[in-house]
Amino acid sequence: MEIGLGHYLTVAAILFTLGVFGIFLNRKNVIIILMSIELLLLAVNINLVAFSHFLGDMVGQVFTMLILTVAAAEAAIGLAILVVYFRNRGSIAVEDINVMKG
Amino acid sequence: MEVAIVALPLLGALIAGFGNRRIGDLAAQWITSGLMLITCVIAWIVFCDVTFANHPRTVQLFTWFATGNFKANWALRIDQLTAVMLIVVTTVSAMVHVYSIGYMHHDKSVPRFMAYLSLFTFCMLMLVTADNFMQMFFGWEGVGLSSYLLIGFWFDRPSANAAAIKAFVVNRVGDFGFALGIMGVFMIFGSVDFNTVFAATPGQVGHSFHFLSWNVDILTTLCLLLFVGAMGKSAQLGLHTWLPDAMEGPTPVSALIHAATMVTAGVFMVCRLSPMFEYAPAARDVVAVVGASTAFFAATIGLTQFDIKRVIAYSTCSQLGYMFFAAGVGAYGAAMFHLFTHAFFKALLFLGSGSVIHAMSGEQDMRKMGGIYKLIPTTYVLMWIGNLALAGIPIFAGFYSKDSILESAFASGSVVGHYAFWLGIAAAFMTAFYSWRLLFMTFHGKPRCDHETLHHVHESPWDMLVPLFVLAAGAIFSGILFVHYFVGGHAHEFFGSAIFYGPENDILEKAEQVDEWVKLLPLVMGIAGIALAYVAYIRKPGVAGSIARAFGGIYTFVFRKWMFDELYDLVFVRSAKALGFGLWKGGDGAVIDGCGPDGIASATLAIAKRASKLQTGYVYHYAFAMLIGVVVLVSWYLIGTKL
Repeated sequence: MEIGLGHYLTVAAILFTLGVFGIFLNRKNVIIILMSIELLLLAVNINLVAFSHFLGDMVGQVFTMLILTVAAAEAAIGLAILVVYFRNRGSIAVEDINVMKG
Repeated sequence: MEVAIVALPLLGALIAGFGNRRIGDLAAQWITSGLMLITCVIAWIVFCDVTFANHPRTVQLFTWFATGNFKANWALRIDQLTAVMLIVVTTVSAMVHVYSIGYMHHDKSVPRFMAYLSLFTFCMLMLVTADNFMQMFFGWEGVGLSSYLLIGFWFDRPSANAAAIKAFVVNRVGDFGFALGIMGVFMIFGSVDFNTVFAATPGQVGHSFHFLSWNVDILTTLCLLLFVGAMGKSAQLGLHTWLPDAMEGPTPVSALIHAATMVTAGVFMVCRLSPMFEYAPAARDVVAVVGASTAFFAATIGLTQFDIKRVIAYSTCSQLGYMFFAAGVGAYGAAMFHLFTHAFFKALLFLGSGSVIHAMSGEQDMRKMGGIYKLIPTTYVLMWIGNLALAGIPIFAGFYSKDSILESAFASGSVVGHYAFWLGIAAAFMTAFYSWRLLFMTFHGKPRCDHETLHHVHESPWDMLVPLFVLAAGAIFSGILFVHYFVGGHAHEFFGSAIFYGPENDILEKAEQVDEWVKLLPLVMGIAGIALAYVAYIRKPGVAGSIARAFGGIYTFVFRKWMFDELYDLVFVRSAKALGFGLWKGGDGAVIDGCGPDGIASATLAIAKRASKLQTGYVYHYAFAMLIGVVVLVSWYLIGTKL
């Protein structure tokens, strides 16, 4: 069986769904939310690469490189915030982060 | 010269009022008193010129306002009627000013007091010199204001404040009628000028206007409305409740305002409007009935009171009733005569009682006086003179004026006239009784005050006694000297055209010809009253108490002033308070605030609180909302492009 575009897209969709649920169903740890966001971005990357290959257009892969860079930066900043937050509050449990509660 | 009469008191009021503490007590006293004495002299000169030389005049000052047809001028109309009032007002006022120097010298705010007194005199003079209804109304309200200020002069006493407010509010009721009357006059006659209105009055006889579903007689309605004003100011039955309470003010004020001048403004007004009342016999009957009822009613209350000033206050109320029923039966001259003599002897009585109160260190209750006639003989003699004049003993002023009133009432021959006559006779008896009751309780018997007070009893200083002598002279001689001018043979020449007698009104002639017993009866009643008081309070001091106990119910009813205060409290004060409270809590609080500012504010708050519940603070909720948003947007876009 030849692996086609559909398979890639399916994997990407599964990953994306995992990421979404990882954000919403997770009640414990903010780090998991960061990882889930990472997962979402990677799912989109797979889509981009697959379409790029399928259409023979390199722009998609260039885009992927850009997204990877942004994702790395975002992960770095997110973790930095988390570290600072932990120092101030002593917790990074999702339930505890509700300063914005009305 | 005429202008000076009204201008000098105003000047005094302004200097004392605005100078206040800067010019000091002494300057305020002497400036205001000096100006009043000058005014008084001028007033007497003008009086002689106007009446004896028969030279009435009107001094036009300037236009007050002129809007469309409605014009009013400031003018000084000085005819015989006004001239009489001028000397009454200025003489009593000057005496009270001088008396106040001594009486009020302990007080903290003498300049304010003197300023109010002068302001009152100015307003009263504006009232009596008015030549149109508007100026009269100005004076009318001005004296009401000064009366309010002076009753509440000791504003740190809650009772004085309450009395001042009561006087003001009750007078508003009367003034409402007066204002309606003035509006009615303007509506019918198109002018508020006395001369114009009086000239047009005969043309309105028998005319009526349509009000709701009734046809009411124009002149009767107008006269009754104006009389309501007079009732308020002159404390007639129904609107009298403020006068006894007004005794909270300093005694000179009671003498000046609530005995001699302001309360007689109503009588003056009825006499001034005689050209209208002469054509409204129904209204005159009402005036007579109200006056006679008041004369009787107030006298009964006077029998039972223990506060020396209140006894005299009810006496004033009663004497005003006499004046009104005199005017009601058409004897305006007799009404003015009694006004004139009453001013002197009642001011004398008030100032004399002030002298007693001064001697008794501020005690006003007659039950705590007694046995002081040897200690203050001058005051004692002066009080005798005042009471002799009040009771109508010959030679003294009240004899002539009261007799002429009762004779006129009898001579009028109508049912109303007889009603007034018999009530007047009964009141004359009671007047004599309560006057001597006052004398005996105050001066005779054993001293009932404590030792400390008795030790301090002293005769008043000369600046208080001299005015009393002047007023005593008035109380003795004003009757015998003026009887021929006011009601006797010269009456018609004396008043000239100032008092209008209708074509069939010959009351003064008829009053001369009444039977001998009618002339004697008031005197007999007066002496009987004195004798009874002598028996009840000197001979057998226990009698009065046992009579009061025997008629327990009636006595209490009369002692509580015929329950008028309780009735008014129940009907008007409580219901007004309840209405006010209901409107405040229900109308303003619940409806207006509830739907208005408070309601909107609390609704906003409630919605905001609920809206803020949406903000959970959890990051994943926001992310979820974003996602849903994206999904919605995308599906909307897709569906949109598909369609």
